[in-house]
Amino acid sequence: MTTSLTTAASDSATPSPDRRAAAAPATAQRSRTGTAKRRGRLPHTPLHPRPSLPLTLVTGLVLLYTLLPLAWLVINATKDQNGLFDSFGLWFADETHFWDNITRTLTYDDGVFVRWLLNTLLYVVAGAGGATVLAVLGGYALAKYEFPGRRAVFAVVIGAVAVPGTALAVPTFLMFSNMGLTNTPWAVIIPSLISPFGLYLMWVFAAEAVPTELLEAARIDGSGELRTFFTIALPLLMPGTVTVLLFSMVATWNNYFLPLIMIKDPDWYPLTLGLNAWNAQAQTAGGEAVFDLIITGSLLTIVPIVAVFLLLQRYWQSGLAAGSVKE
Amino acid sequence: MRTHSSTRRLLGALAVLATLALTATACGSDDSNAGTGESSPKDVQAALDKGGKVTVWAWEPTLKKVAEDFEKKYPKVDIELINAGTGDKQYTALQNAMTAGSGAPDVAQIEYYALGQFAIGKSIENLSAYGAQKYGTTFTPGPWNAVTQGGEAIHALPMDSGPMAFFYNKKVFDKHGIAVPTTWDEYVDAARALHKADPKIFITNDTGDAGATTSLIWQAGGRPYKTDGTDVTIDFTDKGTKQYTATWQKLLDEKLLAPVSSWSDAWYKGLADGSLATLSIGAWMPANLTSGVAAASGDWRVAPLPQWTKGDKTSAENGGSSLAVPKAAKNKELAYAFTEFATTGTGASTRVTEGAFPATRADLESKAFLDTTFPYFGGQQANRIFAESARNVGANWSYLPYQVYANSIFNDTVGKAYVSPTTLTDGLKAWQDASITYGKDQGFTVNK
Repeated sequence: MTTSLTTAASDSATPSPDRRAAAAPATAQRSRTGTAKRRGRLPHTPLHPRPSLPLTLVTGLVLLYTLLPLAWLVINATKDQNGLFDSFGLWFADETHFWDNITRTLTYDDGVFVRWLLNTLLYVVAGAGGATVLAVLGGYALAKYEFPGRRAVFAVVIGAVAVPGTALAVPTFLMFSNMGLTNTPWAVIIPSLISPFGLYLMWVFAAEAVPTELLEAARIDGSGELRTFFTIALPLLMPGTVTVLLFSMVATWNNYFLPLIMIKDPDWYPLTLGLNAWNAQAQTAGGEAVFDLIITGSLLTIVPIVAVFLLLQRYWQSGLAAGSVKE
Repeated sequence: MRTHSSTRRLLGALAVLATLALTATACGSDDSNAGTGESSPKDVQAALDKGGKVTVWAWEPTLKKVAEDFEKKYPKVDIELINAGTGDKQYTALQNAMTAGSGAPDVAQIEYYALGQFAIGKSIENLSAYGAQKYGTTFTPGPWNAVTQGGEAIHALPMDSGPMAFFYNKKVFDKHGIAVPTTWDEYVDAARALHKADPKIFITNDTGDAGATTSLIWQAGGRPYKTDGTDVTIDFTDKGTKQYTATWQKLLDEKLLAPVSSWSDAWYKGLADGSLATLSIGAWMPANLTSGVAAASGDWRVAPLPQWTKGDKTSAENGGSSLAVPKAAKNKELAYAFTEFATTGTGASTRVTEGAFPATRADLESKAFLDTTFPYFGGQQANRIFAESARNVGANWSYLPYQVYANSIFNDTVGKAYVSPTTLTDGLKAWQDASITYGKDQGFTVNK
């Protein structure tokens, strides 16, 4: 639209020869640069600000800082133990052992790595999945129902967000030990089900995303509370749900300390503990040092979580934006 | 790395908690169930005939083969081998399980230095009732002394031993034309010469390691710990200890020790690239070198440990572990049967073939063992040096009944000598004081 206006203006200038002679170079120049710029990118408005060189540099540095460890991991997963010791850390060694490393990681010690991977999946599906379900149900209830003690629940949840999981680990261990649940998958799954932060997030999200008027309309139309929740509230809560799911998945996938004190049987280790156990092997008399397998194992460990992030990213983004604009 | 060290610290705190709880229970129980008269060798045979399951907590890799052999020989018995962590991590887990009253294994691997803690807490079985006394002459004196600890009770059966030897990177010494030291004074000279020839090279690494320090004091003739029941003496001022501190202080003052922690990735790297030129360590080290530092194969050699007095042949033990049967074990007879199988006779020989260092005289003196050549050490018959060292281990050494705790505070006390102007002597004094205080708090009579 703007482009055609500019060309029309310069066209209208053509009839008068004297004006043309004076204005032509300037107009031509202006219109050329103007159209080129406007065709190339959008004008600089508050939503599309002028690119800033220092900002680009800083962002570039942060990007490098973020990607460097990942690059290091990928590069070093191609080396065997000798290569790790005698080649430069950020470049490849002479020989590539990538596929060999992966096969050895998956088969070392009777394929215990695969077992750990399956354990981690179990903890994530049952623990993080369960935590999300509980957070959604709880958050919705707290946001949309009046009941006595709601303020007390709020205080407890806010307080719980502030307590680090590490501080609760030992009391939880003693409690589970009394119940005879240590050394079983339950000892990891049950504590993972509780996510005060997730509950708080769902509460805030439900209060914003689900209009009370909508629920009232549904009630007037004779819909029961459960039906209202599943057919009306739940779809509206989806972005928030995915966010909570993502957070709890990452937290459960990376969980180290809880399984560390709960689980002694390597058959029930998650990947984090398993990799650490391999690392500890190098620290004893007669133990076998397997640094190459630990690095390859670490790479394999982060692949699923990276994949999940990429797949769920768009839901998560819309989730973060929801409720930020007053309509 | 930071998370690792803080986890360790937390585990250390847990260990202390567990020890407190354990000692509390130990004080409450009486001595009537000390293990005697409950079982006999006949019961062990009956249990083997009946069969069952034995849970073993151990990190020693050669036990896997032994467990398979045992199951083949006794098809009714099922051995479940669990790696519940190494060293103090496992002891923490073990004590937590014992305190919690559930989840303890039937057999547990316990290093010699840690055995006293479990023995004094009466949380492990006295194996003499099962028939373990007959092995008095089966094992070499060092390990046997460590599992019997002065009394007639046998707390465990020795699994391996760690007579010390001197491992050196021949390539590095040859390159700079430096003689391999035979005394600790020559060692200091070699440390200076190596570091001068190439500032990247250190004679060895040391950031403060309780096991290494006590072993060298042991070799120098120091006997800082004396234990008689609950009477304990701690004294780091004897002649042997002084000899050790005088020499080691020189290395510290002249910054001749690499600030690299043993068993870290940097340590393995240093051993591989020649920047750490020697190790004075237990005879189990070849297995770690072969698998962890394969790149340096052919560079390394073994020699007897440098001596404090020229012409001497004294040695000491470094590391080594035993198999014990916890009081909480479900099937103690079967547990003993496996312990016996894994530590004596064919089980022991199998483990030696798989790379473990023997604690049994027969294996240590066998021709096959002595004649083994190590391609890693350029074809050297290294076992001859290790066997010689095992024969020359200084007598009458004992650890504290709470050595696990004492070792856990080593870096807070002696460790200061490595990072500040504090001297080793002052560091050891601080370690002694802290150990005395802790012992008294635990109900021991210390330095009365």
